Amino acid sequence: MNYEPIIGLEVHVELKTKSKMFCGCSADYFGNKPNTHTCPTCLGLPGALPVPNKTAIEWCIKIGIALNCEIPLTSKFDRKNYFYPDLAKGYQISQYDQPFCQNGWIEVLTEDNKIKRIGITRVHMEEDTGKLSHKGNVSLIDFNRSGVPLVEIVTEPDFRSSFEVNQYLQKLQQIVRYLNVSNADMEKGDMRLEPNISLRIIGEIELPKYKVEIKNINSFRFVDKSIQFEIKRQRELLDKNEIPLQETRGWEELKQITISQRIKEKANDYRYFPEPDIPPIEWDKLQIDKITSQMPELPNDKLIRFEKEYQLSSYNAEILIRDASLAAYFEKAVFQSKGVLSQKQIANTLINKKINILSISVKDLIKDIIHSSKKEGIDEIELSKITDDVLKNNQKAVDEFRNGKEVVIMFLIGQVMKSINKKIDIEIIKNILKNKLNKK
Amino acid sequence: MSKIDISRIAKLANIPLDDENKNKLEEQLLETIYYIESLQEINTDGKEPTNQVTGLKNIFREDIISKSFSQEEALRNSSCTEKGMFKVKAILSSD
Repeated sequence: MNYEPIIGLEVHVELKTKSKMFCGCSADYFGNKPNTHTCPTCLGLPGALPVPNKTAIEWCIKIGIALNCEIPLTSKFDRKNYFYPDLAKGYQISQYDQPFCQNGWIEVLTEDNKIKRIGITRVHMEEDTGKLSHKGNVSLIDFNRSGVPLVEIVTEPDFRSSFEVNQYLQKLQQIVRYLNVSNADMEKGDMRLEPNISLRIIGEIELPKYKVEIKNINSFRFVDKSIQFEIKRQRELLDKNEIPLQETRGWEELKQITISQRIKEKANDYRYFPEPDIPPIEWDKLQIDKITSQMPELPNDKLIRFEKEYQLSSYNAEILIRDASLAAYFEKAVFQSKGVLSQKQIANTLINKKINILSISVKDLIKDIIHSSKKEGIDEIELSKITDDVLKNNQKAVDEFRNGKEVVIMFLIGQVMKSINKKIDIEIIKNILKNKLNKK
Repeated sequence: MSKIDISRIAKLANIPLDDENKNKLEEQLLETIYYIESLQEINTDGKEPTNQVTGLKNIFREDIISKSFSQEEALRNSSCTEKGMFKVKAILSSD
């Protein structure tokens, strides 16, 4: 049988507000002594009253606006009830039927370079839990993270490959960084990813009757691997006429497999009900307009503007806008070097020489470029053509590189140098080769 | 009204119950439900669903840090701690 993967995604993004979601404890918990950022509210002590952090809610709405969501004028918080030691109150304050943002979309690139729209079901606000560490037959709990603002972004099951999922995750990470609402640092757990995957026979329209959710992944690469693994695992079951269990699984990096965690609890097990301690939220249109007017230029708009305004290739523009501060640095350099350097020269230097913008001022960079452009140089188009030829004629080395044997790049650099027959900066060649090799 | 599943409710509420208490609580809970059921007799046509009665809305706080407990204060009520953390019996881990 031929199947297509049906994939949806839930992403939790931790906001970098100063204080927690419902109390004034510091939300900057990373690396701090355990249980030093707590109070009656985030420890769930009886009688404590949660009061929502206005900034966190505004940031949640900014994320929603960036994802083209509707912002309903009324909203509320709900209690999601379950017992787990990292949840002091016995419930998490979350949002159930009236999230702050809903019905949005975002565009991603597919493998064949087409633009595809992914539906955003909802973007809602909730609180993080404490941190558990397991030690043999006991678990230790640190509540510093308990109550840190968390935004959950849920997509429609619109992805058809792990490639599309990866495109989406990169975009989402870029957007929250542009909005300056989260560091989105995977290693610190600022972004946690939960893909849900099922397979459908090609040609069918209805969604499959089951879905497998993979919990709490903290790396884009693991998402990719776990999706690949699930597609294979589920296909084998379906080919044997078995329907995969509806369940939650976890990614085991050591064994490169997903393993079952528990049969998925039904949503009504959480016995959601309106949070009685927090009055409802009603916006007037002007407040939403005001938040909208504070939105920075978003990555997609910046990309289009860079291509047009600075006549950059989409490839170069894409690299420059990846990080908002690099984009700003580039624009400053273009402005300050008007008439002396071309936009392209600046873009090429920043990209090919991997300039660390924190360690060199715009002014010094311009001086350096002017200075070095007097040395022997090479036309960029010519160099690009030569590297293309070298890659084409050395397929074996290219394959080896892509299989992880990165040292073969030195061989490829040698081949390029031979063809050019000029003394030019190895780093430039290396970066061009790397970019081309990693691009596929 | 179907019979309630007392074992499931106890499990969700994280309350261990022996059979005797299960029967007792089941009876009491049913009684409560029947009593609440009488609300169904009230005509609520045209009434808006209500989940808040204070009349308040938009109660927020600014994003300002206030003083937290010290570690000693945070742990003071706990009978079981280790290395500045609350200690509980191990809960189901990944394996």
